[in-house]
Amino acid sequence: MIQVLAFYLFAALTIASATLVIMARNPVHSVLWLIVAFFNAAGLMVLVGAEFIAMLLVIVYVGAVAVLFLFVVMMLDIDFAELRAGFVKNFPLGMLIAVVLAAELVLGIGAYRAGSLELGTPDGSAAPLLGKSNIESIGALLYTKYLFLFESAGIILLVAMIGAIVLTHRERKGTRPQIISKQVRRRPEDATVNVKPEVGQGVQL
Amino acid sequence: MIGIEHYVVVSSILFVLGVLGIFLNRKNVIVILMAIELILLAVNINLVAFSAFLGDLTGQIFAMFVLTVAAGEAAIGLAILVIYFRGRGTIAVDDVNRMKG
Repeated sequence: MIQVLAFYLFAALTIASATLVIMARNPVHSVLWLIVAFFNAAGLMVLVGAEFIAMLLVIVYVGAVAVLFLFVVMMLDIDFAELRAGFVKNFPLGMLIAVVLAAELVLGIGAYRAGSLELGTPDGSAAPLLGKSNIESIGALLYTKYLFLFESAGIILLVAMIGAIVLTHRERKGTRPQIISKQVRRRPEDATVNVKPEVGQGVQL
Repeated sequence: MIGIEHYVVVSSILFVLGVLGIFLNRKNVIVILMAIELILLAVNINLVAFSAFLGDLTGQIFAMFVLTVAAGEAAIGLAILVIYFRGRGTIAVDDVNRMKG
């Protein structure tokens, strides 16, 4: 009973906040509603027993992606009212396509039992381990069968990180940046002199 | 009891909302990127629900890869947005015609 209540609560809140993401006037509000949607989706995933993915969703989406969006929205000085100009004009076409797509999806879900669709791994090799937690079972599968895919995912993240840095980095005029080769080339004997000045005499620099 | 159909319906609605968001905010790239995040979230809910109800962890592994792609896509997309704004002073998608494509 409590599970059913929790499901409907999380589902309704996810859909309501997703609606507000695309309808909000101010993109800052959109980002905040996106965070609410992510939290409620994480709740849905906890309900089916996928705790690890739920926590990952909170860490990656709320902690990284949503905060990145928030930074960019607040950093750029944009006239958002002007950007909303086509909202009403696009509304009928958008709704039409959305309704058609939703109808197709619902029909597809209704028909998924009709054909001879094979779902899941037939030999049961990817089943959760007995008596082990969700995260232990995922780890046992991820670091054996999907090890190379896991490492490719790491490479994708590395490439994305380098790409973002290369794209947004710029040389600014009027600054005095560090020149590392010049620093490394400098030797103590060129830079410092040891003198023993006589008393009463000046030092030649 | 809640069956898999409920989860699939929730994820379908979320997916459609994401597509609708792209259509409604045709000018604002930031909201379009957020709508794409909603679409990827719908895919993740679908993968995790099927994974849980079929007793097969492959879906959860692939949800992690979808998460990876979503994070990379957001980083690159926002970086392109920032350099575009630096050059033009606006982010209206209608004005993106520099490459004459």
